[in-house]
Amino acid sequence: MNPPRSETLPLRSDEDLVRVRQAVRAWMVEQNFNLVEQTKMVTAASELGRNALVYGGGGSARLESPVDGGHGGIRVTFEDHGPGIADIAQALSNGFSTGGGLGLGLGGAKRLVKDFEIFSEPGQGTRVIITIRK
Amino acid sequence: MPTNNPSRIAEILARHQQAILEDWLLAQLAAFSARHNLISEADLRRQSADFIGIFGTACQAGTLTDIATPAWQPVRDFLASISRSRASQGFSPSETATFVFSLKQPLFAHIRQELAANAESLADEMWTATVLIDKLGLYTTELFQTAREEVIKRQQMEMLELSTPVVKLWDGILAVPLIGTLDSARTQVVMESLLQSIVDTGSNIAIVDITGVPTVDTLIAQNLLKTAAAARLMGAQCIICGIRPQIAQTMVHLGVAFGEVVTRATLADALAFAFREIGCTVSRQAPRN
Repeated sequence: MNPPRSETLPLRSDEDLVRVRQAVRAWMVEQNFNLVEQTKMVTAASELGRNALVYGGGGSARLESPVDGGHGGIRVTFEDHGPGIADIAQALSNGFSTGGGLGLGLGGAKRLVKDFEIFSEPGQGTRVIITIRK
Repeated sequence: MPTNNPSRIAEILARHQQAILEDWLLAQLAAFSARHNLISEADLRRQSADFIGIFGTACQAGTLTDIATPAWQPVRDFLASISRSRASQGFSPSETATFVFSLKQPLFAHIRQELAANAESLADEMWTATVLIDKLGLYTTELFQTAREEVIKRQQMEMLELSTPVVKLWDGILAVPLIGTLDSARTQVVMESLLQSIVDTGSNIAIVDITGVPTVDTLIAQNLLKTAAAARLMGAQCIICGIRPQIAQTMVHLGVAFGEVVTRATLADALAFAFREIGCTVSRQAPRN
C-alpha cells in the first residue's frame, strides 16, 4: 500500500515536458503497470502537456497517487491559463488543429486513457485530468 | 534607506587598502581551505588585489547605492570574468559569491575603527556597505548561473549533433538510429544530415530506426513523416523501423498512420526489405568442411 503523495511540475519549456514524461513513467513503473499501459499513459501525458505548453502558453502538471482512496492508481492534472477551448467536441475530433499539428493529440489522449475529463471555457484556461486505476 | 553624502567608505577603502586586502585574503583562505586544489593562493591574491583597486575607484566615482551605473561597469566586468572562470574551475555558486561576501568583515572592521566616535554615521556607513556588497554578491551568483546555463546549452547542442549520426549500411542504403526525444530542433538536425547524406552518397533508401525513442506522440510522428516526405522529394525511399509493440498499440489509439511510408518492426527486417528493393540477395555460404 502506497502512502498518498503528489508532485507538481511546471510546464514552461520542452525540457519541462521531458521531465513530466519521465515522472509519469517512473510512477507507472513503481506501481507495476505493464508496458502498454505505461506507454499509453506517458504518451497521453506528452500530448496534454504539449497542448498546455503550445496552446495554453505554459502551465503545470500535477501527479497524484493513490486515486479515490484506493490502493494505487495515478491521476495527472494538466492546467493552463491560456485562451481556453470554445468548442470541446470540435477540439476532440480528429484532424482539428489550430496550430498546424496533426489534430490528433487531444482526441488521441482521450482514446489512450479512458478516464479522461476536460474542463475549459474561453478565456478561463483549460484543465484536463487523466486517471489510471489499479 | 539613510545615505549620507559623501560616503566615507571610499576614503576608508583608499586609506586602508593594503590592510583590508590582507584581512580579506585571510578570510577567503579560511573559507576556501578545502579548495586549494581549485585555485592557487597567488591567483587569489592577484584577483583580490585587482578587485580592491577597481572597487575603490568605483566607490570614489559612483554612487554606492546603484551598481547599474556606468561608474560600476569595471567592477561588473571584473566580477563577470571571475564568475565565468570560477564556474569553469568547478566552484559552487555560494563559493563564488563568498569571494565578494567575505570582503564584508574586513571592510566593516575598518569602518568601525574609523567611525567609532560617531555612532550614527557608523550605522549609516555599515548599512550602505552591507547593501552594496550584498548587491555585488548576488550579481556574481546571477552571472554564475548564466555561465552555467551557457555550458548546459552548449552541451545540449553537442549532444544534438552527436546523437544523430547517419551511417551507411550498404551501397545505396543509409540508416539513422534515433535515440531520445525527437523534438522539433532534433528533427531539423536529423533532416538536414539525412538529406545531405542522401546527396553525398547517392543513396536511394534511408532507414530511420526509432528503437531508442521512448515515446512516440503525435508531434514526433508528424516529425518522422516530415523527414520521410523530405527524403522522398529527394528521390529516396524512407523506411521507419524499430516500432515496438507498445508503441504500435499507442499509435493506433492516437490515430496516427504512417501512410505510404514503409514500416518494419526491427532494423534487420528493414535492411532485408532494402536489399530486396535495390535487388541485392543475401545468401548463406555452404558450410566449409
